[in-house]
Amino acid sequence: METIYFDNNATTKVADEVLDEMRPLFCELYGNPSSMHTFGGQIGRKIRQAREQVAALLGCDPSEIVFTGCGTESDNTAIKGTLAAVPNKRKVITTRVEHPAVLAVCRDLENYGYTVVELGVDKKGRLDMAELQEQLDEDTALVTIMYANNETGVVCPVEDIAELVSSKGAVFHTDGVQAVGKIPLNLSQGNIDLLSLSGHKLHAPKGVGVLYVRKGTRLSPFMLGGHQEGGRRAGTENVPGIVGLGKACELAARNIEQENNKVRSLRDKLEDAILENCPDARLNGDKENRLPNTTNISFEYIEGEAILLMLDRYGICASSGSACTSGSLEPSHVLRAMGVPFTAAHGSIRFSLSRYNTEKEVDYTIEKMPQIVNQLRELSPFVAK
Amino acid sequence: MWEYTDKLKDHFFNPHNVGEVEQADGVGEVGSLACGDALKLTFKLDKDGRIADAKFKTFGCASAIATSSVLTEMIKGKTLDEAAKVTNKDIADYLGGLPEQKMHCSVMGREALEAAIENYRSGGKAKHELEGNVVCTCFGVTDKEIERVIEENDLTTVEQVTNYCKAGGGCGGCQGEIEKIIDKIQGDKVKEVAPSVPRRAGKLTNIQKIKLIQQTINEQIRPALRAHGGNIELIDVEGDKVIVAFRDMCAQCMLAELTMKEVVEAKLREFVSEQLSVEEDKDSITQPHNHIE
Repeated sequence: METIYFDNNATTKVADEVLDEMRPLFCELYGNPSSMHTFGGQIGRKIRQAREQVAALLGCDPSEIVFTGCGTESDNTAIKGTLAAVPNKRKVITTRVEHPAVLAVCRDLENYGYTVVELGVDKKGRLDMAELQEQLDEDTALVTIMYANNETGVVCPVEDIAELVSSKGAVFHTDGVQAVGKIPLNLSQGNIDLLSLSGHKLHAPKGVGVLYVRKGTRLSPFMLGGHQEGGRRAGTENVPGIVGLGKACELAARNIEQENNKVRSLRDKLEDAILENCPDARLNGDKENRLPNTTNISFEYIEGEAILLMLDRYGICASSGSACTSGSLEPSHVLRAMGVPFTAAHGSIRFSLSRYNTEKEVDYTIEKMPQIVNQLRELSPFVAK
Repeated sequence: MWEYTDKLKDHFFNPHNVGEVEQADGVGEVGSLACGDALKLTFKLDKDGRIADAKFKTFGCASAIATSSVLTEMIKGKTLDEAAKVTNKDIADYLGGLPEQKMHCSVMGREALEAAIENYRSGGKAKHELEGNVVCTCFGVTDKEIERVIEENDLTTVEQVTNYCKAGGGCGGCQGEIEKIIDKIQGDKVKEVAPSVPRRAGKLTNIQKIKLIQQTINEQIRPALRAHGGNIELIDVEGDKVIVAFRDMCAQCMLAELTMKEVVEAKLREFVSEQLSVEEDKDSITQPHNHIE
């Protein structure tokens, strides 16, 4: 059975071109870029090139790129590093729909005497800018708001937010893990101070991330113990990962528009057909303003894990905001923040596509989905016969 | 991904006895859409009083559907007295085991069976009613139900109780009470595993005591409340009296006084001093505070 992979917001396939670029760095060019000898020193050039490739995708200067171990590390560094550098301010503003890599860090700050404000969202997952404006004050050290939501794909107006935040003298960080490679960026022209990204979400390997740090942004290092990354992130570089990420960024920059059009049309086809062929299905999120690859659909009266296992039998990979999939007893915090009723949240399924998906895969899923929904609804006590 | 047995997967993909028995003798309905799983069990008796036919309808995950399916298989041909002896453990064993966090599915099966038998015996009138006092308000679980899963499955931790009947898995406010029920039933068994004398600090200055109280609230109490959208704030310490305020979800919780206070008090006594008592500061609810959702 072939795998149909519609779970690209969880992780992505490493692009063949990326792996080719990485391969020599394991057994042949394995030197340490910090070494004095030529064998190690030549690796430094590889890292420099990767830094330039990442900077090109983000539209910034290579010196503003800090390589990290993952997206979560980038988020932690951005939040804790900013607060350590601005010790006199004690307030942090974030949202209720952040990824745990941001939300859990912010909530922990309360234990250290910080005031943490979690902004709400409306039923489409859109932020209330007026509430942000109201909360922003002189005591605000940091505002951290995601670029695009991992569960619904809803995109926040981060450039507008960044402008507002910087006008009040606070630092603005955005978790761009889902956005980079899908939304064209030009950071040098905007007001975003810090941006996190993760390699494995854009066809680079797991275990490598980036924190973009705008020139002049005060940030205390999170990892100490070495001079790497200009003293901003200690630890011997994950050279293959960094080189792979550089290549993945180059590919993304080259193809972003064309691929987005293809991915978007596949996503739209999948979404339209499912909503049309499955009764009592509803879209979660903001149709107008979201990533081109993501759709999140709730199926009433049936449960997400059961749907996923049925899909799995056909080799189709997706994910769910249902409680049962996580082992917790409560459904997705994102859908709950949007006011999606518990009944619909339990039956939510996220399909997230990539450039490697084909029309054939979409057609196959369109064919199977109504059958699965019907089959489970026949079991459901909430469906009247 | 869950480790499901082949037997479970088979019953999920090819469930037996789906539907509703026509003119059923007994009907049992448990669970709800909001809770994430629900089961409607119907059965019909033959002239000898044995279960001739049983069918189910289930909303829930794969293990909820599979446990419902095997339940109908297990009870067919049994008298009601025989069927009433089926425990959640029997259901789980029949499937070759369930992941620990999914054990509540087997408990739901047993509950539906009981509800259906009760319904039959009352002449079709009785609807399943909660027995005992509600301990977990998030999932509507009573002390009787908690006692039962502890006894039948030999449970010794709060986490296990949550896995088996969901109690304590929402806001976490009732976890102290669950612990007391476990203690009551398992008594010495629990103490064997965990030493009952907490490692407390020695003599404390006032400042040390207040710091330790704050730290205990931060590390031991707040995370459980936050998990369900609630919060707690330390308002003041007067001698051994600790004054706190509950925020957000907890502030609106009807059971705040009964459960939250007890949980907080138990934790503070465990980690700081046996002498402490907790009071809720009602006035501060209307006052401005620094935790805004």
